[in-house]
Amino acid sequence: MVRYLAPLAILLVIGVFFYFGLQRNPNDVPSALIGKQIPTFSLPSVTDPQDLVTNEALAGHVSLVNVWGTWCVECRHEHGYLLELARTGVPIYGLNVRDDRAAANDWLARLGNPYVSSGFDPEGKAAIDWGVTGAPETFLIGSDGKILHKHISPLTAQVWQNDFLPLLREHCGPTDCPFLAAGGR
Amino acid sequence: MIPELGQLALALALCLALVQGTLPLVGAGIGRADLMALARPAAAGQFVFVLLAFGTLVYAFLSDDFSVLFVAEHSNSALPVFYKATAAWGGHEGSMLLWITVLAIWTMAVAAGSRSQPQEFASRVLGVLGIVSAGVIAFAFFTSNPFLRLIPTPADGNDLNPLLQDPGMIFHPPTLYVGYVGASVPFAFAVAALLSGRLDKDWAKWTRPWTVVAWLFLTAGITLGSWWSYYELGWGGWWFWDPVENSSFMPWLMATALLHSLAVTERRGIFKSWTVLLAIAAFSLSLLGTFLTRAGVLISVHAFASDPTRGLFILGLLALFSGGGLLLYAIRAKNLEAEGGFKLVSREAFLLANNVLLVIATAVVLLGTLAPLIIEVAGLGKISVGPPYFNLMFLVPVFPLVALIGVGMHAGWRMMPGDALMRRLRVPALAAVIVGVVAPFIVFDTTSVLTAIAVSIALWVCASSLLDPVRRLVYRTGAPLTRGQMGMYLAHFGVGIFMLGATVASAYNFERDYSAKPGDTIQAGGYEFAFQSITETQGPNFVADEAQIELRKNGALIAVLNPQIRTYQVQTSPMTEAAIESNVLRDVFVALGEPLGAGAWSVRIRVKPLIGFLWFGAGLMALGGIVAISDRRYRLAARQTQPAAAQPATGAA
Amino acid sequence: MKTLSSLVAIWLAFAAGTVAAAAEEGFDDPVLEARYQALTHEIRCPKCLNESIAESKAPVAADLRREVRRLIGEGKSDDEVKTFLSDRYGDFVLYRPRMTATTFAVWAAPFVLLAFGGLVFWRILAARTNQPIDEELPP
Repeated sequence: MVRYLAPLAILLVIGVFFYFGLQRNPNDVPSALIGKQIPTFSLPSVTDPQDLVTNEALAGHVSLVNVWGTWCVECRHEHGYLLELARTGVPIYGLNVRDDRAAANDWLARLGNPYVSSGFDPEGKAAIDWGVTGAPETFLIGSDGKILHKHISPLTAQVWQNDFLPLLREHCGPTDCPFLAAGGR
Repeated sequence: MIPELGQLALALALCLALVQGTLPLVGAGIGRADLMALARPAAAGQFVFVLLAFGTLVYAFLSDDFSVLFVAEHSNSALPVFYKATAAWGGHEGSMLLWITVLAIWTMAVAAGSRSQPQEFASRVLGVLGIVSAGVIAFAFFTSNPFLRLIPTPADGNDLNPLLQDPGMIFHPPTLYVGYVGASVPFAFAVAALLSGRLDKDWAKWTRPWTVVAWLFLTAGITLGSWWSYYELGWGGWWFWDPVENSSFMPWLMATALLHSLAVTERRGIFKSWTVLLAIAAFSLSLLGTFLTRAGVLISVHAFASDPTRGLFILGLLALFSGGGLLLYAIRAKNLEAEGGFKLVSREAFLLANNVLLVIATAVVLLGTLAPLIIEVAGLGKISVGPPYFNLMFLVPVFPLVALIGVGMHAGWRMMPGDALMRRLRVPALAAVIVGVVAPFIVFDTTSVLTAIAVSIALWVCASSLLDPVRRLVYRTGAPLTRGQMGMYLAHFGVGIFMLGATVASAYNFERDYSAKPGDTIQAGGYEFAFQSITETQGPNFVADEAQIELRKNGALIAVLNPQIRTYQVQTSPMTEAAIESNVLRDVFVALGEPLGAGAWSVRIRVKPLIGFLWFGAGLMALGGIVAISDRRYRLAARQTQPAAAQPATGAA
Repeated sequence: MKTLSSLVAIWLAFAAGTVAAAAEEGFDDPVLEARYQALTHEIRCPKCLNESIAESKAPVAADLRREVRRLIGEGKSDDEVKTFLSDRYGDFVLYRPRMTATTFAVWAAPFVLLAFGGLVFWRILAARTNQPIDEELPP
């Protein structure tokens, strides 16, 4: 009798995996860089070509790195929230990929500039080192230079609340994250 | 108004399916003829209402009724008329309705063909089909209703995905579904036999023709899909081991095993467990395919819009039908055991090996398809399993399998002297190996171990399949070939041709991208491609940049190729239409990529030797199936007594 | 013709600016070109619906193809190219699963199944060989 139950048993096992598989989104590809140091990069700034944006600028404090481009429709949707975050003191660095410098500057001028500085990466070479697949994408960087989290799709208040704040509270020392005390929503 | 009629028809069909799925089964269990007699009328009624429902959906498309949400999502007033009709199955909800319609047609066919069977058995078969219909109609009605309205009504629709605006859309899904859904018929036969506790040679004789028909449509459907993606997608591939492709291939592998296992059950009354399990497996994999395609657990360009609720429902259907079938099997399996001896060198032994190897092949595909999901759910990371894995690992059971086909065909039932077999086969075998190793090297200047093995095995199966027909038809020795035997030889020959095409096209494929502008000539793959010009043309619902490229060999003009980049009116992402020059020996494939500025274009060139053999071989397999079921014994209404005379050494198919 | 195409490609690479893709120029060495073709078919596009970077039209696929070309040109081995990409995008982008403790089962399975199948075959055959060959013929 046991032997005859084997096919049913196999079906049940597969069924259990399917049941749990239904609760996941197959399109969620976790970043391979979580827990690793940020990649080394050195890019000219979008606003001032003589200025350089490098990974050293991110050292020693918690920050966000946001991937954007004027061609990216969803980036526009999150732009307002980024401005809000910036106002509460969250340091946001931009990575401008596959874009035209003039258009990018125009965008920042018209819509506001939430970034401390934005690196200009027209061919997406630096973006590849970050494992970027498109825009918008936002990385949370710890004060030790480690990548704590990557979020794909627009950054909203809900995402900040549910995904970023818990990590920040866990990671931030007493002086690392002044914006938390200020109530970064 | 009309779509609401469609919904009503679907609801009525559900009711009738429920009647069909319960009362006849109860009647068979307690011996009430009046309840059993409800099966056919219920099936007929369900058929009428399902057809009505499907008809109203097609009507909604043809009349540009964009107040129906599904029509608005998948159609457009500028869409050519054929594609408006085929758009009915261009999305999840409509394709489920197609599933249901095809099942209703199969049910009617079984109802009509079951008149020669005992009523108790026939009513059980129709009863099981009724339960399946009820389950699937309920799924469509409650989670995937194609008749939902869209208020406010848009002026025009989103248009059918340009990739689907192609003749392939007219033939591939319906053909595939006839095969896919048809796996429910042997399943119903198997469950009916388990319920009645009786599974004998007669049962196998009844089940076999249905299985062959479903199998040959599945063969044709998969082949059409492969060919369609080859010429439509613009990168020259014909099989990607995508989860949805695998979803149709696994039922095919099991159906192939099933129709061979049925041969043994019909002949010797053994392998009953195998046959029942294979019948349940084929349909289960069909349902699994439905799940994978629609539940959103795996990523695929073929997958329909995903929704966990729908996924849960299908999982429930899987639990009900497959789980129920397998539970029934576990309870009744002891009764299936039957005596019947055979030796190592016998047709039964080869068919046993056939069963085992096909099950292993299916398991390999299933494992590769599900491994990423299983590993992810187990929290062990996110990996991908793709063509590099499947192309190699699938060969592990399949090389021995195809090689054994060549031997098994010639083995007699029960037992056969091994040396007699060897004597017949060693010359063709040796010839196949020699040609297989040497010929590719001569033609292409290079070969590999894998290629040599694959080509040898392919040639071996072809040669082996020809031995008997040549002997009987050309030399006129031995008994005349029955159609069943002819079908077998044809199908197996097709397997060899297919394998030859697949191996050579993969191993000796030339592919490269070039940058060219009008006036350039590209030297590639032994041909010259003279890029003459590029013009703008207009289609019914698109504009295109069309290149005129002259294909030449050694200066002589072969053809003018016109690859296009199309931009459709509504869904504006550009689509490439490849230009293919085919002959028996190779395809030359040219597609346009992006414009690179200053008049230059990216031109994708592929030369694929023997790729035609791939589709042709698969076509021969399907043809073999058609020939086999046209055999006299299926056209005889009455069952004759099995003649006691010994069968010829090579045996009947 | 090749030289002209090369010149065109180089000119385009400068002139095309930041938005258009540069012309893909093949390697002169057919061995390298063959490696490029084979590799790009084995790397999965991280943002597509199950396509390799060879087939995909997505911008990230074009970028990754460019990286593969660059790395091969720098003399990196196939393994090094794949490691470069999986370091950044995860094992998800490898269509040929890396052999790890987890995937070992996946790679070994076909052989294990074959062995198991052989066992099943022999057991059944042994039983059947001992059963009577001639069965009762129907009246």
